[in-house]
Amino acid sequence: MKLITGRTIEQGQNLENKLSEEYQKVVAVCELSEDDMKAVGVSEGNNVKVKTQFGEVVVVAKKADGNPQGIAFIPMGPWANAVVGGDTGGVGMPQFKGIDAEIERTSENVPSVRELLKSLGV
Amino acid sequence: MPTVTDVVCPLCGCLCDDIRVEVEGNAVKKVRGACAVGRAKILGHGRLKSPLLREGDELKECSYEEAIKRAAEILAAARRPLLYGWSCTVCETHKVGILLAEVLGGVIDNTASVCHGPTVQAVQGVGLPTCTLGEVKNRADLVIFWGANPVEAHGNHMRRYSYLTKGWFRPEGKKDRKLVVVDVRESRTARMADIFIRVEPNKDYLVLAALRAIVNGFADVVPESVGGVPKERLVELAEMMKTAQFGIIFFGMGLTQSRYKHNNIEQAISLVRDLYAFTKFAIMPMRGHYNVTGFNQVCTWQTGFPFAVDLARGYAWYNPGETAANDVLSRKECDAALIVASDPAAHFPAECVKHLAKIPLVVIDPYPSPTTEIADVVIPSAVCGVEAEGTAYRMDKVPLRLRKLVETEFLTDEEILERLLDEVLKIKGLQ
Repeated sequence: MKLITGRTIEQGQNLENKLSEEYQKVVAVCELSEDDMKAVGVSEGNNVKVKTQFGEVVVVAKKADGNPQGIAFIPMGPWANAVVGGDTGGVGMPQFKGIDAEIERTSENVPSVRELLKSLGV
Repeated sequence: MPTVTDVVCPLCGCLCDDIRVEVEGNAVKKVRGACAVGRAKILGHGRLKSPLLREGDELKECSYEEAIKRAAEILAAARRPLLYGWSCTVCETHKVGILLAEVLGGVIDNTASVCHGPTVQAVQGVGLPTCTLGEVKNRADLVIFWGANPVEAHGNHMRRYSYLTKGWFRPEGKKDRKLVVVDVRESRTARMADIFIRVEPNKDYLVLAALRAIVNGFADVVPESVGGVPKERLVELAEMMKTAQFGIIFFGMGLTQSRYKHNNIEQAISLVRDLYAFTKFAIMPMRGHYNVTGFNQVCTWQTGFPFAVDLARGYAWYNPGETAANDVLSRKECDAALIVASDPAAHFPAECVKHLAKIPLVVIDPYPSPTTEIADVVIPSAVCGVEAEGTAYRMDKVPLRLRKLVETEFLTDEEILERLLDEVLKIKGLQ
Protein backbone atom coordinates (compact mmCIF):
# COMPACT_ATOMS: atom_id res chain seq x y z
CA MET A 1 0.00 0.00 0.00
CA LYS A 2 1.00 3.62 -0.52
CA LEU A 3 0.17 5.87 2.41
CA ILE A 4 -0.67 9.55 1.93
CA THR A 5 -1.41 12.06 4.69
CA GLY A 6 -3.20 15.41 4.38
CA ARG A 7 -5.92 17.81 5.39
CA THR A 8 -9.64 17.15 5.85
CA ILE A 9 -12.46 19.54 6.82
CA GLU A 10 -12.98 17.78 10.15
CA GLN A 11 -9.23 17.86 10.89
CA GLY A 12 -9.23 21.60 10.11
CA GLN A 13 -12.21 22.31 12.35
CA ASN A 14 -10.34 20.74 15.26
CA LEU A 15 -6.94 22.18 14.34
CA GLU A 16 -6.65 24.14 17.57
CA ASN A 17 -8.58 21.57 19.59
CA LYS A 18 -6.20 18.62 19.35
CA LEU A 19 -6.48 17.32 22.88
CA SER A 20 -10.21 16.67 22.44
CA GLU A 21 -11.97 13.35 21.84
CA GLU A 22 -13.54 14.87 18.72
CA TYR A 23 -10.09 15.44 17.19
CA GLN A 24 -9.09 11.83 17.83
CA LYS A 25 -12.38 10.62 16.34
CA VAL A 26 -11.82 12.45 13.04
CA VAL A 27 -8.02 12.23 12.72
CA ALA A 28 -7.09 8.78 14.11
CA VAL A 29 -8.57 7.07 11.04
CA CYS A 30 -7.26 5.33 7.96
CA GLU A 31 -9.32 5.70 4.80
CA LEU A 32 -9.26 2.67 2.52
CA SER A 33 -11.10 1.56 -0.59
CA GLU A 34 -13.75 -1.11 -0.19
CA ASP A 35 -11.53 -3.69 -1.92
CA ASP A 36 -8.60 -2.95 0.37
CA MET A 37 -10.86 -3.21 3.43
CA LYS A 38 -11.92 -6.66 2.25
CA ALA A 39 -8.32 -7.65 1.61
CA VAL A 40 -7.28 -6.52 5.11
CA GLY A 41 -10.37 -8.26 6.53
CA VAL A 42 -11.91 -5.26 8.27
CA SER A 43 -15.13 -3.32 8.10
CA GLU A 44 -15.69 0.32 8.97
CA GLY A 45 -14.98 1.00 12.64
CA ASN A 46 -12.52 -1.88 13.13
CA ASN A 47 -9.03 -1.04 14.29
CA VAL A 48 -6.10 -1.43 11.92
CA LYS A 49 -2.36 -1.29 12.51
CA VAL A 50 -0.46 0.78 9.93
CA LYS A 51 3.22 -0.10 9.66
CA THR A 52 5.96 1.67 7.72
CA GLN A 53 9.75 1.49 7.97
CA PHE A 54 9.51 4.45 10.38
CA GLY A 55 7.03 3.06 12.91
CA GLU A 56 3.55 1.73 13.48
CA VAL A 57 0.28 3.12 14.77
CA VAL A 58 -3.24 1.86 15.49
CA VAL A 59 -6.13 3.80 13.93
CA VAL A 60 -9.74 3.14 12.93
CA ALA A 61 -10.56 1.86 9.42
CA LYS A 62 -12.87 4.07 7.36
CA LYS A 63 -14.29 3.42 3.91
CA ALA A 64 -13.39 5.99 1.24
CA ASP A 65 -15.11 5.73 -2.13
CA GLY A 66 -12.57 8.08 -3.72
CA ASN A 67 -9.52 6.01 -2.85
CA PRO A 68 -8.29 3.69 -5.59
CA GLN A 69 -7.08 0.27 -4.53
CA GLY A 70 -3.65 0.42 -2.92
CA ILE A 71 -3.96 3.92 -1.45
CA ALA A 72 -4.42 4.54 2.26
CA PHE A 73 -5.10 8.04 3.62
CA ILE A 74 -4.59 9.22 7.21
CA PRO A 75 -5.44 12.87 8.03
CA MET A 76 -2.37 14.89 9.02
CA GLY A 77 -1.70 14.83 12.76
CA PRO A 78 0.09 12.84 15.46
CA TRP A 79 -1.23 9.43 14.31
CA ALA A 80 -0.09 9.92 10.71
CA ASN A 81 3.25 11.27 11.88
CA ALA A 82 3.92 8.18 13.99
CA VAL A 83 4.66 6.43 10.67
CA VAL A 84 6.36 9.28 8.73
CA GLY A 85 10.18 9.50 8.67
CA GLY A 86 12.21 12.57 9.66
CA ASP A 87 14.64 12.53 6.72
CA THR A 88 14.07 15.56 4.49
CA GLY A 89 15.92 14.39 1.39
CA GLY A 90 18.12 17.48 1.49
CA VAL A 91 15.28 19.99 1.05
CA GLY A 92 13.92 20.41 4.58
CA MET A 93 10.65 18.59 3.81
CA PRO A 94 9.90 15.11 5.19
CA GLN A 95 8.04 12.83 2.78
CA PHE A 96 4.47 13.02 4.11
CA LYS A 97 2.95 11.38 1.03
CA GLY A 98 3.56 8.23 -1.00
CA ILE A 99 5.07 6.13 1.80
CA ASP A 100 5.18 2.31 1.53
CA ALA A 101 2.96 0.87 4.26
CA GLU A 102 1.48 -2.42 5.44
CA ILE A 103 -1.97 -2.54 7.00
CA GLU A 104 -3.39 -5.33 9.14
CA ARG A 105 -6.36 -5.89 11.39
CA THR A 106 -5.65 -5.54 15.10
CA SER A 107 -7.43 -5.83 18.41
CA GLU A 108 -5.11 -3.24 19.97
CA ASN A 109 -6.61 0.11 21.03
CA VAL A 110 -6.12 3.46 19.30
CA PRO A 111 -3.74 5.53 21.43
CA SER A 112 -4.75 9.02 22.58
CA VAL A 113 -2.58 12.05 21.72
CA ARG A 114 -1.12 11.94 25.23
CA GLU A 115 -0.39 8.20 24.94
CA LEU A 116 1.30 8.80 21.59
CA LEU A 117 3.49 11.50 23.14
CA LYS A 118 4.28 9.18 26.04
CA SER A 119 5.35 6.45 23.61
CA LEU A 120 7.96 8.93 22.32
CA GLY A 121 9.47 8.96 25.80
CA VAL A 122 7.98 12.30 26.74
CA MET B 1 -26.57 42.83 17.79
CA PRO B 2 -23.63 44.88 16.40
CA THR B 3 -22.24 43.34 13.24
CA VAL B 4 -18.64 43.85 12.17
CA THR B 5 -18.39 43.64 8.38
CA ASP B 6 -15.45 42.93 6.09
CA VAL B 7 -13.70 40.85 8.74
CA VAL B 8 -10.57 39.07 7.45
CA CYS B 9 -10.61 35.37 8.36
CA PRO B 10 -7.43 34.30 10.20
CA LEU B 11 -7.47 30.65 9.16
CA CYS B 12 -6.08 29.75 5.74
CA GLY B 13 -4.16 31.43 2.93
CA CYS B 14 -7.41 32.58 1.28
CA LEU B 15 -7.72 35.38 3.88
CA CYS B 16 -11.40 35.86 2.92
CA ASP B 17 -12.12 39.49 3.73
CA ASP B 18 -15.92 39.48 3.42
CA ILE B 19 -16.80 37.81 6.73
CA ARG B 20 -19.56 39.28 8.90
CA VAL B 21 -19.27 38.74 12.65
CA GLU B 22 -21.90 39.51 15.26
CA VAL B 23 -20.37 40.64 18.54
CA GLU B 24 -22.24 41.03 21.82
CA GLY B 25 -20.86 41.69 25.29
CA ASN B 26 -17.25 41.41 24.07
CA ALA B 27 -17.89 37.93 22.66
CA VAL B 28 -18.25 36.60 19.13
CA LYS B 29 -21.80 35.26 18.73
CA LYS B 30 -22.27 34.54 15.04
CA VAL B 31 -20.01 34.21 12.03
CA ARG B 32 -21.41 34.53 8.51
CA GLY B 33 -19.71 33.96 5.20
CA ALA B 34 -16.79 31.90 6.52
CA CYS B 35 -16.21 28.24 5.63
CA ALA B 36 -16.71 25.58 8.31
CA VAL B 37 -13.05 25.65 9.32
CA GLY B 38 -12.80 29.47 9.47
CA ARG B 39 -16.06 29.74 11.38
CA ALA B 40 -14.81 27.29 14.04
CA LYS B 41 -11.70 29.43 14.51
CA ILE B 42 -13.45 32.82 14.75
CA LEU B 43 -16.15 31.47 17.10
CA GLY B 44 -13.33 30.33 19.36
CA HIS B 45 -12.82 27.31 21.57
CA GLY B 46 -10.73 25.90 24.45
CA ARG B 47 -7.99 28.37 25.39
CA LEU B 48 -4.90 28.33 27.53
CA LYS B 49 -6.00 30.21 30.63
CA SER B 50 -2.70 31.27 32.12
CA PRO B 51 1.07 31.16 31.55
CA LEU B 52 2.47 27.79 32.68
CA LEU B 53 5.81 26.56 33.99
CA ARG B 54 6.80 22.91 34.15
CA GLU B 55 7.50 21.43 37.57
CA GLY B 56 8.29 17.75 37.16
CA ASP B 57 5.44 16.08 35.29
CA GLU B 58 3.09 19.01 35.70
CA LEU B 59 2.58 22.41 34.17
CA LYS B 60 1.77 24.93 36.91
CA GLU B 61 0.18 28.34 36.52
CA CYS B 62 2.42 31.38 36.86
CA SER B 63 2.50 35.07 35.89
CA TYR B 64 3.48 36.44 32.46
CA GLU B 65 6.61 37.95 34.10
CA GLU B 66 7.77 34.59 35.52
CA ALA B 67 7.09 32.74 32.26
CA ILE B 68 8.86 35.31 30.09
CA LYS B 69 11.86 35.43 32.46
CA ARG B 70 12.20 31.63 32.43
CA ALA B 71 11.80 31.55 28.64
CA ALA B 72 14.55 34.15 28.26
CA GLU B 73 16.88 32.15 30.53
CA ILE B 74 16.30 28.99 28.49
CA LEU B 75 16.89 30.67 25.15
CA ALA B 76 19.87 32.78 26.25
CA ALA B 77 21.60 29.67 27.66
CA ALA B 78 21.12 27.62 24.48
CA ARG B 79 24.01 27.09 22.07
CA ARG B 80 21.78 26.30 19.09
CA PRO B 81 18.18 27.39 19.65
CA LEU B 82 15.46 26.71 17.07
CA LEU B 83 12.74 29.37 16.61
CA TYR B 84 9.91 27.79 14.67
CA GLY B 85 6.28 28.34 13.69
CA TRP B 86 5.16 31.90 12.86
CA SER B 87 2.45 31.11 10.30
CA CYS B 88 -0.61 31.75 12.51
CA THR B 89 0.51 35.16 13.64
CA VAL B 90 0.91 38.58 12.03
CA CYS B 91 3.93 40.15 10.29
CA GLU B 92 4.54 42.50 13.23
CA THR B 93 5.33 39.40 15.34
CA HIS B 94 7.69 38.07 12.65
CA LYS B 95 9.75 41.25 12.76
CA VAL B 96 10.48 40.88 16.48
CA GLY B 97 10.96 37.10 16.20
CA ILE B 98 13.62 37.43 13.51
CA LEU B 99 15.46 40.06 15.57
CA LEU B 100 15.34 37.67 18.55
CA ALA B 101 16.78 34.88 16.38
CA GLU B 102 19.61 37.18 15.34
CA VAL B 103 20.41 38.15 18.94
CA LEU B 104 20.37 34.46 19.96
CA GLY B 105 22.34 33.28 16.92
CA GLY B 106 19.60 30.71 16.36
CA VAL B 107 17.91 28.91 13.48
CA ILE B 108 14.60 30.46 12.44
CA ASP B 109 12.13 28.57 10.28
CA ASN B 110 8.41 28.66 9.60
CA THR B 111 5.82 26.05 8.68
CA ALA B 112 6.62 26.55 4.98
CA SER B 113 9.36 23.97 5.48
CA VAL B 114 6.67 21.25 5.90
CA CYS B 115 4.28 22.87 3.42
CA HIS B 116 5.41 24.95 0.44
CA GLY B 117 9.13 25.08 1.30
CA PRO B 118 9.88 23.04 -1.84
CA THR B 119 7.79 25.59 -3.77
CA VAL B 120 9.93 28.45 -2.48
CA GLN B 121 13.05 26.55 -3.57
CA ALA B 122 11.59 25.85 -7.01
CA VAL B 123 10.66 29.52 -7.44
CA GLN B 124 14.25 30.46 -6.62
CA GLY B 125 15.30 28.12 -9.40
CA VAL B 126 12.88 28.96 -12.22
CA GLY B 127 10.79 31.97 -11.15
CA LEU B 128 7.02 32.13 -10.81
CA PRO B 129 4.67 33.27 -13.58
CA THR B 130 1.76 34.11 -11.30
CA CYS B 131 -1.12 36.55 -10.80
CA THR B 132 -3.53 37.71 -8.13
CA LEU B 133 -6.69 35.85 -7.13
CA GLY B 134 -8.65 38.79 -8.55
CA GLU B 135 -7.25 38.05 -12.01
CA VAL B 136 -8.27 34.41 -11.65
CA LYS B 137 -11.78 35.42 -10.64
CA ASN B 138 -12.22 37.84 -13.53
CA ARG B 139 -10.36 36.02 -16.31
CA ALA B 140 -9.72 32.31 -15.77
CA ASP B 141 -11.63 29.93 -18.07
CA LEU B 142 -9.47 26.90 -17.21
CA VAL B 143 -8.86 26.14 -13.54
CA ILE B 144 -6.60 23.23 -12.62
CA PHE B 145 -6.10 21.95 -9.07
CA TRP B 146 -3.06 19.68 -8.96
CA GLY B 147 -2.44 17.75 -5.74
CA ALA B 148 -4.73 20.17 -3.94
CA ASN B 149 -8.12 19.65 -2.29
CA PRO B 150 -9.62 23.09 -1.60
CA VAL B 151 -13.05 21.68 -0.71
CA GLU B 152 -11.45 20.41 2.50
CA ALA B 153 -8.45 22.68 3.02
CA HIS B 154 -9.47 26.09 1.58
CA GLY B 155 -13.24 26.01 2.01
CA ASN B 156 -14.16 29.28 0.27
CA HIS B 157 -11.47 29.30 -2.43
CA MET B 158 -13.69 28.08 -5.26
CA ARG B 159 -16.66 30.21 -4.18
CA ARG B 160 -14.74 33.48 -3.83
CA TYR B 161 -11.80 33.34 -6.19
CA SER B 162 -11.44 30.50 -8.60
CA TYR B 163 -14.37 28.48 -9.91
CA LEU B 164 -17.94 29.11 -8.73
CA THR B 165 -17.55 32.88 -8.59
CA LYS B 166 -18.69 35.22 -11.37
CA GLY B 167 -16.00 37.51 -12.82
CA TRP B 168 -15.77 40.45 -15.22
CA PHE B 169 -15.02 38.24 -18.24
CA ARG B 170 -16.76 35.17 -16.72
CA PRO B 171 -20.28 36.50 -16.04
CA GLU B 172 -21.77 33.00 -15.84
CA GLY B 173 -19.37 31.83 -13.14
CA LYS B 174 -18.64 28.14 -13.34
CA LYS B 175 -20.49 27.79 -16.66
CA ASP B 176 -17.74 29.95 -18.17
CA ARG B 177 -14.94 27.85 -16.70
CA LYS B 178 -13.60 24.32 -16.99
CA LEU B 179 -12.39 22.58 -13.83
CA VAL B 180 -9.63 19.97 -14.01
CA VAL B 181 -8.38 18.09 -10.95
CA VAL B 182 -5.20 15.99 -10.93
CA ASP B 183 -4.74 13.85 -7.83
CA VAL B 184 -3.85 10.35 -6.64
CA ARG B 185 -7.38 9.79 -5.30
CA GLU B 186 -10.84 11.07 -6.07
CA SER B 187 -11.01 13.82 -3.46
CA ARG B 188 -14.12 15.90 -2.73
CA THR B 189 -12.69 18.52 -5.09
CA ALA B 190 -12.15 15.88 -7.80
CA ARG B 191 -15.85 14.97 -7.64
CA MET B 192 -16.72 18.50 -8.82
CA ALA B 193 -14.32 18.43 -11.77
CA ASP B 194 -15.19 18.36 -15.49
CA ILE B 195 -12.10 16.22 -15.91
CA PHE B 196 -10.42 14.21 -13.16
CA ILE B 197 -7.01 12.74 -13.92
CA ARG B 198 -5.75 10.11 -11.50
CA VAL B 199 -1.98 9.90 -11.18
CA GLU B 200 -0.15 7.08 -9.41
CA PRO B 201 1.54 8.22 -6.16
CA ASN B 202 4.99 9.82 -6.64
CA LYS B 203 4.55 10.01 -10.45
CA ASP B 204 3.48 13.67 -10.83
CA TYR B 205 6.92 14.61 -12.14
CA LEU B 206 6.61 12.15 -15.02
CA VAL B 207 3.12 13.36 -15.92
CA LEU B 208 4.21 17.03 -15.87
CA ALA B 209 7.25 16.22 -18.01
CA ALA B 210 5.04 14.35 -20.51
CA LEU B 211 2.65 17.31 -20.69
CA ARG B 212 5.60 19.61 -21.42
CA ALA B 213 6.74 17.31 -24.22
CA ILE B 214 3.24 17.30 -25.75
CA VAL B 215 2.78 21.09 -25.42
CA ASN B 216 6.16 21.61 -27.11
CA GLY B 217 5.24 19.37 -30.05
CA PHE B 218 7.02 16.16 -29.05
CA ALA B 219 3.98 13.95 -28.38
CA ASP B 220 5.69 11.23 -30.43
CA VAL B 221 8.24 10.54 -27.65
CA VAL B 222 5.56 10.15 -24.97
CA PRO B 223 4.74 6.51 -24.10
CA GLU B 224 1.15 5.19 -24.22
CA SER B 225 0.76 5.54 -20.46
CA VAL B 226 2.60 7.87 -18.07
CA GLY B 227 2.26 7.59 -14.28
CA GLY B 228 -0.96 5.65 -14.76
CA VAL B 229 -2.48 8.26 -17.12
CA PRO B 230 -3.27 7.19 -20.74
CA LYS B 231 -1.46 9.33 -23.32
CA GLU B 232 -4.71 10.41 -25.03
CA ARG B 233 -5.90 12.04 -21.79
CA LEU B 234 -2.65 13.99 -21.57
CA VAL B 235 -2.97 15.07 -25.22
CA GLU B 236 -6.52 16.19 -24.47
CA LEU B 237 -5.39 18.17 -21.38
CA ALA B 238 -2.48 19.76 -23.26
CA GLU B 239 -4.91 20.92 -25.96
CA MET B 240 -7.26 22.36 -23.32
CA MET B 241 -4.36 24.27 -21.82
CA LYS B 242 -3.10 25.65 -25.14
CA THR B 243 -6.55 26.81 -26.25
CA ALA B 244 -7.67 28.35 -22.95
CA GLN B 245 -7.93 32.14 -22.83
CA PHE B 246 -6.55 32.31 -19.32
CA GLY B 247 -5.47 29.19 -17.46
CA ILE B 248 -4.35 28.77 -13.88
CA ILE B 249 -2.73 25.86 -12.04
CA PHE B 250 -3.26 25.85 -8.28
CA PHE B 251 -1.09 23.23 -6.62
CA GLY B 252 -0.80 21.83 -3.12
CA MET B 253 0.92 19.30 -0.92
CA GLY B 254 0.33 16.57 -3.49
CA LEU B 255 3.32 18.03 -5.33
CA THR B 256 5.44 19.40 -2.45
CA GLN B 257 5.23 16.44 -0.05
CA SER B 258 5.55 13.51 -2.44
CA ARG B 259 8.71 12.21 -4.05
CA TYR B 260 10.84 14.70 -6.06
CA LYS B 261 9.33 17.58 -4.03
CA HIS B 262 10.77 20.87 -5.45
CA ASN B 263 11.51 19.16 -8.77
CA ASN B 264 7.77 18.56 -9.21
CA ILE B 265 7.14 22.28 -8.77
CA GLU B 266 9.94 23.24 -11.17
CA GLN B 267 8.29 21.06 -13.80
CA ALA B 268 4.86 22.57 -13.14
CA ILE B 269 6.23 26.14 -13.34
CA SER B 270 8.18 25.27 -16.49
CA LEU B 271 5.01 23.85 -18.05
CA VAL B 272 3.30 27.19 -17.44
CA ARG B 273 6.25 29.02 -19.03
CA ASP B 274 5.99 26.71 -22.05
CA LEU B 275 2.28 27.56 -22.33
CA TYR B 276 3.15 31.23 -22.70
CA ALA B 277 4.01 30.47 -26.33
CA PHE B 278 0.28 29.83 -26.85
CA THR B 279 -1.83 31.72 -24.32
CA LYS B 280 -1.99 33.44 -20.97
CA PHE B 281 -1.34 31.04 -18.09
CA ALA B 282 -0.43 31.39 -14.42
CA ILE B 283 0.43 29.18 -11.45
CA MET B 284 -0.08 29.66 -7.72
CA PRO B 285 0.67 27.61 -4.60
CA MET B 286 -2.30 26.95 -2.29
CA ARG B 287 -0.66 28.37 0.84
CA GLY B 288 -2.05 26.78 4.01
CA HIS B 289 -1.84 28.87 7.20
CA TYR B 290 -3.25 32.38 6.91
CA ASN B 291 0.13 34.10 7.19
CA VAL B 292 2.67 31.49 6.13
CA THR B 293 3.26 33.72 3.09
CA GLY B 294 3.77 36.78 5.31
CA PHE B 295 6.60 35.17 7.24
CA ASN B 296 8.41 34.36 4.00
CA GLN B 297 8.04 38.03 2.98
CA VAL B 298 9.25 39.49 6.29
CA CYS B 299 12.09 36.98 6.61
CA THR B 300 13.26 37.86 3.11
CA TRP B 301 13.26 41.61 3.86
CA GLN B 302 15.17 41.11 7.09
CA THR B 303 17.61 38.28 6.34
CA GLY B 304 17.60 37.97 2.55
CA PHE B 305 16.06 34.48 2.72
CA PRO B 306 12.45 33.28 3.05
CA PHE B 307 12.66 30.44 5.64
CA ALA B 308 15.12 27.97 7.22
CA VAL B 309 17.63 30.70 8.10
CA ASP B 310 20.60 29.90 10.35
CA LEU B 311 21.94 33.01 12.12
CA ALA B 312 24.64 31.23 14.17
CA ARG B 313 27.47 32.62 12.04
CA GLY B 314 26.50 36.22 12.68
CA TYR B 315 25.16 36.47 9.13
CA ALA B 316 22.24 34.72 7.45
CA TRP B 317 22.88 31.22 6.09
CA TYR B 318 20.12 29.51 4.11
CA ASN B 319 20.27 25.86 3.18
CA PRO B 320 17.06 23.84 3.52
CA GLY B 321 18.12 20.25 4.07
CA GLU B 322 20.56 21.57 6.65
CA THR B 323 18.79 24.53 8.27
CA ALA B 324 15.07 23.64 8.22
CA ALA B 325 13.34 22.72 11.49
CA ASN B 326 13.12 19.00 10.75
CA ASP B 327 16.80 18.96 9.75
CA VAL B 328 18.07 20.36 13.06
CA LEU B 329 15.60 18.18 14.99
CA SER B 330 16.25 14.89 13.19
CA ARG B 331 20.02 15.49 13.61
CA LYS B 332 19.33 16.19 17.33
CA GLU B 333 21.28 19.39 16.90
CA CYS B 334 19.20 22.10 18.58
CA ASP B 335 19.39 22.31 22.37
CA ALA B 336 16.33 24.51 23.03
CA ALA B 337 13.33 25.67 21.02
CA LEU B 338 10.85 28.50 20.89
CA ILE B 339 7.62 27.58 19.10
CA VAL B 340 5.29 30.44 18.16
CA ALA B 341 1.78 29.96 16.74
CA SER B 342 2.34 26.42 15.51
CA ASP B 343 2.02 22.80 16.63
CA PRO B 344 5.03 20.76 15.50
CA ALA B 345 4.37 18.01 18.07
CA ALA B 346 1.27 17.15 16.03
CA HIS B 347 2.64 17.81 12.56
CA PHE B 348 6.29 16.73 12.59
CA PRO B 349 7.45 13.13 12.13
CA ALA B 350 7.67 11.22 15.42
CA GLU B 351 11.48 11.08 15.57
CA CYS B 352 11.66 14.89 15.35
CA VAL B 353 8.99 15.30 18.03
CA LYS B 354 11.06 12.97 20.22
CA HIS B 355 13.98 15.38 20.20
CA LEU B 356 11.71 18.40 20.65
CA ALA B 357 10.32 16.76 23.79
CA LYS B 358 13.82 16.19 25.20
CA ILE B 359 15.08 19.77 24.96
CA PRO B 360 13.89 22.83 26.91
CA LEU B 361 10.84 24.08 25.04
CA VAL B 362 9.05 27.45 25.14
CA VAL B 363 5.65 27.77 23.43
CA ILE B 364 3.69 30.94 22.65
CA ASP B 365 0.15 30.11 21.47
CA PRO B 366 -3.49 30.87 22.29
CA TYR B 367 -4.47 27.18 22.49
CA PRO B 368 -3.42 24.01 24.33
CA SER B 369 -1.92 21.51 21.88
CA PRO B 370 0.34 18.45 21.73
CA THR B 371 3.25 20.93 21.64
CA THR B 372 2.16 22.70 24.85
CA GLU B 373 1.85 19.23 26.43
CA ILE B 374 5.60 18.68 26.04
CA ALA B 375 6.61 22.30 26.77
CA ASP B 376 8.55 23.65 29.74
CA VAL B 377 7.19 27.17 29.46
CA VAL B 378 3.79 27.98 27.93
CA ILE B 379 2.83 31.61 27.25
CA PRO B 380 -0.79 32.21 26.15
CA SER B 381 -1.42 34.91 23.57
CA ALA B 382 -4.29 36.83 21.98
CA VAL B 383 -5.84 35.36 18.81
CA CYS B 384 -4.74 37.49 15.85
CA GLY B 385 -7.67 38.58 13.70
CA VAL B 386 -10.13 38.19 16.61
CA GLU B 387 -8.42 39.80 19.61
CA ALA B 388 -5.49 41.53 17.94
CA GLU B 389 -4.89 43.32 14.66
CA GLY B 390 -1.95 43.11 12.30
CA THR B 391 -0.88 42.43 8.73
CA ALA B 392 -1.11 39.08 6.94
CA TYR B 393 -0.31 38.05 3.34
CA ARG B 394 -2.85 36.18 1.22
CA MET B 395 -1.64 33.23 -0.88
CA ASP B 396 -1.19 35.57 -3.87
CA LYS B 397 1.06 37.83 -1.73
CA VAL B 398 -1.58 40.56 -1.31
CA PRO B 399 -1.24 42.03 2.23
CA LEU B 400 -4.45 42.54 4.22
CA ARG B 401 -5.01 44.06 7.64
CA LEU B 402 -6.56 41.70 10.19
CA ARG B 403 -9.09 43.34 12.49
CA LYS B 404 -9.60 43.27 16.23
CA LEU B 405 -13.17 42.23 17.08
CA VAL B 406 -13.13 41.89 20.86
CA GLU B 407 -11.00 43.04 23.80
CA THR B 408 -8.74 40.61 25.63
CA GLU B 409 -6.48 40.47 28.67
CA PHE B 410 -4.01 38.22 26.88
CA LEU B 411 -0.86 39.84 25.56
CA THR B 412 -0.38 39.76 21.80
CA ASP B 413 2.36 37.59 20.27
CA GLU B 414 4.23 40.79 19.40
CA GLU B 415 4.09 42.11 22.99
CA ILE B 416 5.26 38.78 24.41
CA LEU B 417 8.19 38.62 21.97
CA GLU B 418 9.21 42.20 22.66
CA ARG B 419 9.32 41.46 26.40
CA LEU B 420 11.19 38.22 25.73
CA LEU B 421 13.71 40.05 23.55
CA ASP B 422 14.25 42.67 26.30
CA GLU B 423 14.93 39.94 28.87
CA VAL B 424 17.35 38.14 26.53
CA LEU B 425 19.20 41.40 25.82
CA LYS B 426 19.48 42.01 29.57
CA ILE B 427 20.88 38.52 30.21
CA LYS B 428 23.37 38.91 27.38
CA GLY B 429 24.40 42.35 28.68
CA LEU B 430 23.36 44.00 25.44
CA GLN B 431 20.95 46.46 27.03
